[in-house]
Amino acid sequence: MVVETQLAQFDSISLDCGATLAPVEIAYETYGELNRDKTNAILIEHAFTGDAHAAGVSNDTGKPGWWDNMIGPGKAFDTDKHFLICSNVLGGCRGTTGPASINPATGCPYAMSFPVITISDMVRLQKMLVDRHGITRLLSVAGGSMGGMQALEWAAAYPEMVASTIPIATTARHTAMQIAFNEVGRQSIMADPDWNQGAYYSGRPPARGLSVARMVGHITYMSDESMRHKFGRRLREKDAFGFDFSVDFEVENYLRYRGSQFVDRFDANSYLYITKAEDYFDLSRGYPTLAASLQRATSRFLVISFISDWLYPSYQSLEIVNALRSLNSDVAYCDLPSNYGHDAFLVEVGEQTEIVRGFLARTARDARNQ
Amino acid sequence: MKAAVETRRGPLVREILGRRDYAIIGEIVEPKTKVLDLGCGDGELLEWLVDNKNIDARGVELNPTRVQRAIARGVSVYQGDIEESLEHYSDLAFDYVIASQTLQEMRRPLKVLRAMLRIGRRVIVAFPNFGHWRVRWAHLTSGRSPRTSLFPYEWYESPNIHFLTVEDFQELAAKENWTIERSYFLAGPRTITLRPNLLAEVAVFQVRK
Repeated sequence: MVVETQLAQFDSISLDCGATLAPVEIAYETYGELNRDKTNAILIEHAFTGDAHAAGVSNDTGKPGWWDNMIGPGKAFDTDKHFLICSNVLGGCRGTTGPASINPATGCPYAMSFPVITISDMVRLQKMLVDRHGITRLLSVAGGSMGGMQALEWAAAYPEMVASTIPIATTARHTAMQIAFNEVGRQSIMADPDWNQGAYYSGRPPARGLSVARMVGHITYMSDESMRHKFGRRLREKDAFGFDFSVDFEVENYLRYRGSQFVDRFDANSYLYITKAEDYFDLSRGYPTLAASLQRATSRFLVISFISDWLYPSYQSLEIVNALRSLNSDVAYCDLPSNYGHDAFLVEVGEQTEIVRGFLARTARDARNQ
Repeated sequence: MKAAVETRRGPLVREILGRRDYAIIGEIVEPKTKVLDLGCGDGELLEWLVDNKNIDARGVELNPTRVQRAIARGVSVYQGDIEESLEHYSDLAFDYVIASQTLQEMRRPLKVLRAMLRIGRRVIVAFPNFGHWRVRWAHLTSGRSPRTSLFPYEWYESPNIHFLTVEDFQELAAKENWTIERSYFLAGPRTITLRPNLLAEVAVFQVRK
């Protein structure tokens, strides 16, 4: 399945911070066929550093999508049955308007003049894209991590458009620990002299700061156990310590490699803006309780967490589930066994496939019977 | 004695999914109701009720593998401990709350029953009758923890931690002012009415507050 990223343009979007972006572009991919009644559409939401290329082989890069093991013919999100849309988030750097985009007013990249965006801004832009496809109701909105936050936001903000929601390894509100890790990443970028108050687009990007931010991120995506299994104390291409500060351990090599690789595909300012959007995310803001905020939602829910995920621990999924149960909502929940930590939602395909498929089948059946 | 029992035997109970208590529950539950099954396993009873009674189904199950199987068959099951999970449901959230072969495994069965009656208009419980004559006989003659076809486990392996009889349950219901609306007593393939505390292998009660 060779796929191509497409671009949709809109005149403007109003943001939570009060600003308006005009015009705004959104990069997206689609998989499968939209049926005649437009009842088989599913929106896939990517995580923090993801992009619109969720599945298939990119005609541009030749690379598989970030959730290719979950999306395709016969897979959990079955492209023989469903029409899938995945778009790059607002503030991103993979085709959708973000800080690296050209500000039409100045002819220069927005950089730090880009308005601070929120998860609900991202979702508002996605709704414009869904509307443009003539889709009035999504069979499901699904995503892991920050993708799960967007899915929850969809369910609460546009309940009439969402038949089911699949938030995976996520939270209804960012906690102090999650904000703390994001702040370390931001400070790392901003401490790099090459960051230059965000105005680096004509010069050198803050590669060192961004790669350290990514290294911290990768630690939080793994688990103590998965790191012990993957690296242990193994040395990198040596039999004895170097007694210097070059790479000794495998884990150091891995993090440096991941960090430097990230710099080539991600914009440091997008890192700042998107992490800020995550930190601002609190579905219950303005409501007395999380349950009160979820009262807006009418969809079915399938909530999935992973036992070794310490970045978005299971108790945060349980908060969502218990709020939904107190509202008599239709919610299924499982805490899947895995050693992979937060990364599990991208890795543990087998078990997720069975439950997602069954959940979607039931959702589709209920929709037909209504 | 035997002849008397013979003539008072009720009709044959068919099986649903290999279980006669399921068949009784399947008959009790009214169509298009909202049902919570505690300890629902892989959700087969709930799926049957969805397919045959068009119910709105929910389940609670602790075993993660069974939860996954239940969700895979399209039943909305919550993975968690029954005793800790019930507080989150609102009052009278369900038409029926079912505990089939679950009560005797609870650490605090009375607390669970009270919670079930808080969140459900009606409660259906099914349990193996510890007062059955074979259990009594096995205990009397062996002098050990009774092992029968109903209670097949060694004491150290048994999931059953609270043993109850038909009369135990009836007495508790009277004490708590619960109304037993329906009672079914299974002996082999039939329901019986005579001396259920001695002759019933499995009891099914429909109870309300």
